[in-house]
Amino acid sequence: MSDLNAQMLERYRNNFLEEVEANVEEGEWVKMCMQCGVCSGSCPLGPYWEHPPQEIFMMIRAGKRDEVLKSESMWMCTSCYNCIVRCPRGLPITHIMHGLAHYAERLGLAPKQNPTRRFALMFWDNIAKYGRVNEALLSLKLYFMDGFSTGIKRALEMAPVGLGLFKAKRFNPMALIAHKGCKGKKDLQKILAKAREIELAKAAKFGG
Amino acid sequence: MSEPVATNQTILVVGGGISGMTAALEAAECGKQVILVEKSPSVGGRVSQLYKYFPKMCFPTCGLEINLRRLKANRNIRLLTMAEVTRLEGEPGDYTATVRIRPRYVNENCTACGACAEAVEAEFDDEFHFGLKKRKGAYLPFTMAYPQRYVLDPRILGTEDAERAKAACKYGAIDLDMQEQTVELKVGAVVWATGWKPYDAARIQPYGYDRFKNVITSVELERIMDPNGPTGGRLVRPSDGKEAKNIAFIQCAGSRDRNHLKHCSRICCMASLKQATYLREKFGDEGKATIYYIDIRAIDRIEDFYARVKADPNVSFIKSKVASITEDRATGDVILHGVDTEGYHRYSNRHDLCVLAIGMEPSVPADQFPTELVVDENGFIQRDPANGAIFAAGCSEDALDVNRAVQSGTAAALKAIQVVNRVAGTEG
Repeated sequence: MSDLNAQMLERYRNNFLEEVEANVEEGEWVKMCMQCGVCSGSCPLGPYWEHPPQEIFMMIRAGKRDEVLKSESMWMCTSCYNCIVRCPRGLPITHIMHGLAHYAERLGLAPKQNPTRRFALMFWDNIAKYGRVNEALLSLKLYFMDGFSTGIKRALEMAPVGLGLFKAKRFNPMALIAHKGCKGKKDLQKILAKAREIELAKAAKFGG
Repeated sequence: MSEPVATNQTILVVGGGISGMTAALEAAECGKQVILVEKSPSVGGRVSQLYKYFPKMCFPTCGLEINLRRLKANRNIRLLTMAEVTRLEGEPGDYTATVRIRPRYVNENCTACGACAEAVEAEFDDEFHFGLKKRKGAYLPFTMAYPQRYVLDPRILGTEDAERAKAACKYGAIDLDMQEQTVELKVGAVVWATGWKPYDAARIQPYGYDRFKNVITSVELERIMDPNGPTGGRLVRPSDGKEAKNIAFIQCAGSRDRNHLKHCSRICCMASLKQATYLREKFGDEGKATIYYIDIRAIDRIEDFYARVKADPNVSFIKSKVASITEDRATGDVILHGVDTEGYHRYSNRHDLCVLAIGMEPSVPADQFPTELVVDENGFIQRDPANGAIFAAGCSEDALDVNRAVQSGTAAALKAIQVVNRVAGTEG
């Protein structure tokens, strides 16, 4: 094969699509997108996305690894499922968006200050630790996410809601001190550690 | 009506649209005996409902007229209208078809003078015009109908209207005692040509066909263009009768969609390109067409038609499947929302009228054939030995345009002829 041929082959070899197919949840669907655009038009948050889903699928196929994984776009997804319902090819778009966000985070490429990412991490740490969400702690952390003074302000704003929940026995402030969580927390943590190990080994094949 | 005589050398053609008529005529002109069964009161089918057909942009009044002349001239064809095949049993060379014939309440004496329609007062939705217009309880299905004979709507039976119609007829053509008949026919081979129907547009929820008056289907636009149609051939929109000078066409409305029809209906791209030329025909430079598409599938020999329409500066193409439609209540305008694929621009475009290039699905659902047939996942009849001597023609076989439907009809006729020839060989 001539040099030119080899060069062209290298240029068009799409490692990123293969990487997405191997590592991203439902990633094998990306190649099925026919670029009709109904997902982007149907997204209620569509105007706020830098790259709508349809564009992200095309960027993956064009091998734009950094642009996709460092993007804030897929973090905008609110799981309304409008895109899945309307997609003429039945792509699980919502799941792919979450899969991409998850994969970007795993590789440490996700935008650090993205609020959805920060909340997702908070949620994850909470549930991974207890096996069951400590809601009292989670909401407290959410209020104080952006510093002490805004935290106090938000907590005061939400106080009537908290009181209402407390009266209706839907909220137990004692959980802040003593949250039981699930049985066998240690085992759960072992399982999660093993899963992470497997995922990282898979990603490492693609230079992640 | 006398019972039609048929033998194992007779070919039964089910459906009197362009494919069925073609199959029947080709076989009959080869000297074979043919029985042509049509469900509605007239032959002609979907083609008769078109204003023009592509790519030559001729009127069906011409193309269909040729076939009607052939039909009238041929003694080998027996035509049964308002008839349906309810059961079909047997094997190649020996089928028994049960045919139910609904009463027309008008006999052969009818001269199509129209006196009965004038006398009758009751009005019903006109099926030929997709309910865009009303017709009388005594009616001629459409101007070119064949047989050229009036029909009484069974809903006026037992009312004063029925008596009024009878009294108005000078030729004694109205027979209110006509009964439904069931006949059994012996036939050697069957050509199945029951054609297609437009997909139910109301099921495409985001497009609001059931909510917005100015969202119509492509087949309805054909009727609006017809000089004998609901608007007398004026291209106006349903909400307020304003001239529709700015029309949006949405491609793949129901087709190529796992939520609706999986297959490509094949005709819709050409249909919209054709209909885009209607705007120039009516309004000259003032007419503007916008075609929203996933990809244009102007198949093989008619690609040049696409090129011609594309060259028209008043026709624009937006590569995008429209996500949703809303209505401006004050003006009745429709607003199309989506994101285009060439640059990912978000749009909200206002149009006078939106035409859904509606997909085509087989008329007969897969589980409702009078006999077991091998169909594909979209309900089209397959060429499968298990179907014996039942051959699909036209849109029963696949989503086809008129040209291909005629070819398919001819092919089916040839296959049926081979079967009855074999029967003739063994019977001597």
